[in-house]
Amino acid sequence: MSWTRKILRVDLSKGSCKSEPLNMEWAKLYLGQRGLASKYLSEEVDPKCDALGPDNKMIMATGPLTGTMASTGGRYSVITKGPLTGAIACSNSGGFFGAELKYAGWDMIIFEGKSDKPVYLLVQDDKAELRSAEHLWGKTAWATDDSIHATHQDPQMRVACIGRTAENGCLYAAIMNDRHRAAGRSGVGTVMASKNLKAVAVRGTQGIGNVDDAEAFASATNDGKAVLAENAVTGQGLPAYGTQVLMNVINGVGGLPARNMRDVGFEGAEHISAEAMAEPRKSDGKPNLTTNGACFGCTIACGRISTVDPTHFSVKDKPQYQGSSGGLEYEAAWSLGADTGIDDLDAITYVNFLCNEDGMDPISYGATVAAAMEMFEDGVITTKETGGIELRFGDAKAFVALTEQFVSGGAFSADLGMGSKRLTEKYGKPDLSMTVKGQEFPAYDPRGIQGIGLNYATSNRGACHLRGYTIASEVLGIPVKTELNDTDGKAELVKAFQDATALVDSAGLCIFTTFAWGMDNIAPQIDAACEGDWSVENCLETGERIWNMERLFNEAAGFTADDDKLPKRLLEEAIKHGPTKGQVSRLGEMLPKYYEARGWTADGKIPDETRQRLSL
Amino acid sequence: MQKSLNIDPGKCTGCLQCEMACSYEHTGTFNPSRSYIKVFTFHHEGRFAPYTCTQCDEAWCMRACPVDAISVDMATGAKVVSDDKCVGCKVCTIACPFGTINYSQATGKVVKCDLCGGDPQCAAACPTDAITYVDADWTGYDRMLASAAKSLPSAEATAG
Repeated sequence: MSWTRKILRVDLSKGSCKSEPLNMEWAKLYLGQRGLASKYLSEEVDPKCDALGPDNKMIMATGPLTGTMASTGGRYSVITKGPLTGAIACSNSGGFFGAELKYAGWDMIIFEGKSDKPVYLLVQDDKAELRSAEHLWGKTAWATDDSIHATHQDPQMRVACIGRTAENGCLYAAIMNDRHRAAGRSGVGTVMASKNLKAVAVRGTQGIGNVDDAEAFASATNDGKAVLAENAVTGQGLPAYGTQVLMNVINGVGGLPARNMRDVGFEGAEHISAEAMAEPRKSDGKPNLTTNGACFGCTIACGRISTVDPTHFSVKDKPQYQGSSGGLEYEAAWSLGADTGIDDLDAITYVNFLCNEDGMDPISYGATVAAAMEMFEDGVITTKETGGIELRFGDAKAFVALTEQFVSGGAFSADLGMGSKRLTEKYGKPDLSMTVKGQEFPAYDPRGIQGIGLNYATSNRGACHLRGYTIASEVLGIPVKTELNDTDGKAELVKAFQDATALVDSAGLCIFTTFAWGMDNIAPQIDAACEGDWSVENCLETGERIWNMERLFNEAAGFTADDDKLPKRLLEEAIKHGPTKGQVSRLGEMLPKYYEARGWTADGKIPDETRQRLSL
Repeated sequence: MQKSLNIDPGKCTGCLQCEMACSYEHTGTFNPSRSYIKVFTFHHEGRFAPYTCTQCDEAWCMRACPVDAISVDMATGAKVVSDDKCVGCKVCTIACPFGTINYSQATGKVVKCDLCGGDPQCAAACPTDAITYVDADWTGYDRMLASAAKSLPSAEATAG
């Protein structure tokens, strides 16, 4: 079965923790994690509710393969209504927390209501209780993790928690687990803070012993691991270079946005690339990259463990930041680097540490700073607003000072914490917000790469590469190469990636496996682990069902086809130079075809026959 | 021929596949808390270290056991705990200088690596060859080779 078949329901208003059986009828339709928790959210929460009010709920959910020997089977997701977007939010994280929750005997935790005072949830196998977190409130995520470990004297305990930015109301605050893994996007950490919930500490010793067909599972997972090991991306590129392998590649094809997407192509890209991270530096002879590290059960191990040059201005007098910690992944290196015009690898590694330490999404943070920089250069924002900081593109010292000021809640932090949509609206420059549904873009320019723009525009959680990573096809040729600037076939491509991703995110697996795995590698692993029919066809239909269910939540929250759009800059301001010179996003050519491919109406609504086909 | 686990912490990524494989072999569950091999993470140093029994020839645990519950598997050389004889006194856990024999609350006995009867599942599951099962006479040879390679004229080109 692989599900524990148990849900922990925590009512923060009443202070109660109760066990209830998992709805197995829903599990057969929505599998687990993203899909199943979104079903619970859709059934239990009014999509029009205030995301930061007590009526919103927050669900931490594992998948059926979380905690098993399936490669990358350690994922969990946080599902809630997101405060940055007002849409359904689903943020996926690795590390070790998800598997521990499963080993404690729980498929998911549903948090509801709001606590009067700061609390943390302690889960030790079947036992769950809320404890006072008044001594933890105001602490960083790292200090919270340390403090909980010190209190419970259990080195194997796993902690997911929020830092100070969530407490300060930053709308893109993350939930950090295992110090440097994050349920990063859409402000799920802000929802946690709104409930006065500081941390969840879990210790599980029960294990998973109920795999449906153990022999078939061993065979399917071993086959899957062999495919990952033999594939050039998952077997060599990602372990050696991490996702940062993309920096020079994407810049080379003309798809790397820079300076709040004012430009495409960043002249400093090579200085903040994977290759630069591996280069020994002068001061201590060590490279930025210490080693690669894996999340639970992952045989790829793309994670970066890095150090900042101890003589660099950012950490010189701060020994606490001179050790190794979670290093730059591609998206963060882009947002904190190229998008701010900064090519100082040590500075952005340090800022990335601060994002982890105080729990904010580095994509939204970097992109919001980039929007602020553009407004500063345009004279819309001055040093009066920024607390004296000259906020110009490319200024690493200013960025480091700004970030230190931001995490501690200093000047300009309330503005930056709004995200770029609200920030640019406040200063009368809404066209400078590089967002969809209020969420900032990641590191691929929709003018240079057409399909990803359609994916951004239609993503259920706002702009996001992880809803449908068409870059795999458009740049890397996986599973087949499609041309960057073609719009033909992109509607179907985006739909296929979105549906497959929804399924992978519901299984407990990592999306990075899909550089090597197709559904014919994934479905047999789920089918062996779980009762019921998990054929390739059923898995794909489940993914499509989940996508449509999320869309229905957003529709009920008030979103329409009018929200499936890109900023004017990407539709009208052509790329000025490089291999994609002259291009704009041709979203208008793709969107009607996308609605058609999905079986939706011309105005993006889900008609009855599509609902019935998908059992919605 | 006797074989031995050969551990190279430098290759470990901390994925815990070994812990799951070990616990599955011995308890039928994926359950790192009951694994006989442990991976330690040294966060600030950026290092991972898999750790388990090295099967000492003159094993402190075996000598310390007052009820002769630990014996040598003649096929593999593993020091194996007999659950029928072990009384859970934990003296062996004090005697072992490496801490790699441990008490289990789940069974009331001590537990340790038994080399899975000659087919250690941790080594089979390790994706990076940080754990291998090699001819016992060859433990450490890979590091000796790496060290020897440093004396080559082309050392700069191939090292690191």
